[in-house]
Amino acid sequence: MQIGPVFRALRRSKIGAALVALQVACTMTVAVNSWSIVQAQIQLEGQPSGLPEAEIFHISSSGFASGFNAKTSVLDDLALLRQTPGVVAATVVNTVPLSGSGWATSVRTTPYPEQDAPAAAVYMMDEHGVATFGVELIAGRDFTAEDVRERGPAVSDYPDTAILSAAMVRRLWPEASVDDVVGRVIYTSDATPTTMVGVVALLVAPWPVVDNPELTMLVPDKLMVDNVQYLVRTEPDRVDELMPLVEEQLARANRGRIVRAPSSMADTRARGYREVRGFATILVVVTAALLFVTVLGIAGLAAYNVRRRTKEIGTRRALGARKRDILGYFLTEISLISSVGVAFGAALTVAFNVALVQNIPDMPKLQWHFVPLGAIAMWLVGLLAVLPPARRASDVPPAVATRTV
Amino acid sequence: MFAYYLRLALLQMRKTPVVSALMVCAIAFGIAACMTFTNISYMLFRDPIPHKSAALFAVQLDSWSPNVPADQDPPQQLTYMDASALMRERRAHRQAAMVRTHLVVEPQGADVRPFAAAGRATYADFFAMFDVPFLFGGPWDAPADERPLRVVVLSRSTNDRLFGGEDSVGRVCVLNGNEFRVVGVIDEWKPMPKFYDAGGGLVSPPADLFLPFEQMVALRLPRRGNTSCWKPPGDGFAAFLASECVWIQFWVELRNNAERDEYLAYLDSYASEQKRIGRFERPLDNRLSDVDQWLADNNDAREPALLLLGVGVMFLVVCLLNTVGLLLAKFLGRAPEIGLRRALGASKRALFLQHLVETGCIGALGGALGVALTWIALRGVDALFGGIVADLLVFAGPMVAVAVGLAIVAALTAGLYPTWRACNVPAAALLKTQ
Repeated sequence: MQIGPVFRALRRSKIGAALVALQVACTMTVAVNSWSIVQAQIQLEGQPSGLPEAEIFHISSSGFASGFNAKTSVLDDLALLRQTPGVVAATVVNTVPLSGSGWATSVRTTPYPEQDAPAAAVYMMDEHGVATFGVELIAGRDFTAEDVRERGPAVSDYPDTAILSAAMVRRLWPEASVDDVVGRVIYTSDATPTTMVGVVALLVAPWPVVDNPELTMLVPDKLMVDNVQYLVRTEPDRVDELMPLVEEQLARANRGRIVRAPSSMADTRARGYREVRGFATILVVVTAALLFVTVLGIAGLAAYNVRRRTKEIGTRRALGARKRDILGYFLTEISLISSVGVAFGAALTVAFNVALVQNIPDMPKLQWHFVPLGAIAMWLVGLLAVLPPARRASDVPPAVATRTV
Repeated sequence: MFAYYLRLALLQMRKTPVVSALMVCAIAFGIAACMTFTNISYMLFRDPIPHKSAALFAVQLDSWSPNVPADQDPPQQLTYMDASALMRERRAHRQAAMVRTHLVVEPQGADVRPFAAAGRATYADFFAMFDVPFLFGGPWDAPADERPLRVVVLSRSTNDRLFGGEDSVGRVCVLNGNEFRVVGVIDEWKPMPKFYDAGGGLVSPPADLFLPFEQMVALRLPRRGNTSCWKPPGDGFAAFLASECVWIQFWVELRNNAERDEYLAYLDSYASEQKRIGRFERPLDNRLSDVDQWLADNNDAREPALLLLGVGVMFLVVCLLNTVGLLLAKFLGRAPEIGLRRALGASKRALFLQHLVETGCIGALGGALGVALTWIALRGVDALFGGIVADLLVFAGPMVAVAVGLAIVAALTAGLYPTWRACNVPAAALLKTQ
């Protein structure tokens, strides 16, 4: 295809071409940056929790009656949960992964305060806890009934034993292997030592969006307070069936409290990432709409030009141009315009991203390969948009030239 | 004349339906994107209490650990010791410590089941300070802040639920097994964003009921929100109250700069006093942030909203470029006709007006469609965020007017260059080729 005539023709309608190129540049800027942000958010949302989420639900109990006994209530509830057919394991917990609120404590390897002690999210449970969470124990042992202590209101220290996540172990002892560290002593916020009896492969913090979500600690504290949550693990695919049943049973068993907020882990995850997902969805929809407008705009302009130039096309065809030549003319034209557009767009994309990273916390930096990929994509989008009108142009019969003079 | 141009415009639009529809759609999309994101940003950036936002201040005292780097900001909340001391001395025009609590309400009728309610434990000044409107009764009297009086202020929806919306002042409401006397019912009150509870979600629903802070402490009602400790509090509730844990939000009303400076000096002298007994080991860093400052520091949703606004503006720019391109093609394609009209005596001015009317029509149609799209988009955004932003989204008459106006202005701007080109078509040259 000869570029010369196309180029000379374009120079006669500079403004029109520049408008399309600018559109391509702006669309590319928004699309590439959106994609970069959405990709980071998908990664965040897809991070595993370490739990077999499809088999787990949780439910809260709030005691309110004046004669309410937190201890007997928790013991009765756990007994009831554990004898429910279909329930594999159940435990009383202080919080649930991805639920949005939880407890944290600093964890150190020496009793003296250090400035950079990492903080671990704390999960309290009884000896059924590890089985209920379904987390994988990769070293040491599970909690036993002897480890478990009853934790009433306003207790501030932690029990004598703990299980840490593998990420927490790596943070505390970067050199050691997990098997070597079992039995070592750690210190939480005060100076009393806690023995680490086991390591789990993965368990994420209760906060869906947080730095270092994998720094967690499990402690054998059986909560006996007015407000508790129960984590329940069921046989596969029975969460939806058992959840209302359990809610009903618990409510009937003790009327001195209310049973509330039953939620499957799947719903808890969806709620936890709702804002992340909402933001990503908005960006995807906006980008799609923008591409739609751009494609229609380019196609509309091309269609108009084809109609305006029908006579010229007919003349060219009459003078011996093949259909391919006509098609090629329009495709070459849009390629030239797009090339200018994506070149400018690449610069604009990077500039926009720099502005984002500087002004908005936690914005991902654009990965360099997104720019050429985006440029190629925009280039193809331009070609696709022009293809239908260009086809129509190539179908103009040579006779048109003779018919309308 | 205008009516004639209007008829001409509609005729022209019917002659090129696809290109005209494309332009209308482009403008509608651009307007919808812009309006949707403007709406969201407006809600996130607006002043929740405009008439006194400059007089309300969140108090921060730097009671934090000496082991933490000195440049770290002071905690957002106060310890019980400090909040109680500031409440006792009452040096500000108005002041209120506050915290979220969680309660179970037992309705008196046997057929209504107990339900969980979000409470706010605070002081009587809360209501006057934040201009909370009352439907019945009023705030509790100041003495109830200190004496153990079980009084409660209900939200309108709680009053509807418990007492069928009647004036319930003087009636009894059972909270966690304790009888509280209703002293007031507030009307709908949803400052948005909910500036006074930064840690509790700026768009979270308002409290169902309000009760005196000291009652919450006396009954040991469960606290909600963040509790942060740099030093283990020790066992038992008394030890917790005497600990360095921060969990209380504290707001004051200071009517002018003099009062503000005076109060800050008071906070510094309080901190210095505490230093003498071994607390406040960090350099003095006590702060008073007005509502604006507080929201700027604590509203995490603002920057993403700005990003979306940027994207929205970019979107509108693309749509306008689109429209300019299409208009240019359309008007220039009509050159022979324009030439003919020029030859028949139409002035440039008349032609300019005619094309401007046509552009304006496209803009108005685009704007109307854009308003409809904005409405759909806002519903979509609300659905995405699970209804928590329902209150964030206002979609009222003024917005519609602004949207249509903006669309027409945008279309006219986009149409200026093509119109100018169309009017400057050399008539003679075109007539020759006819």
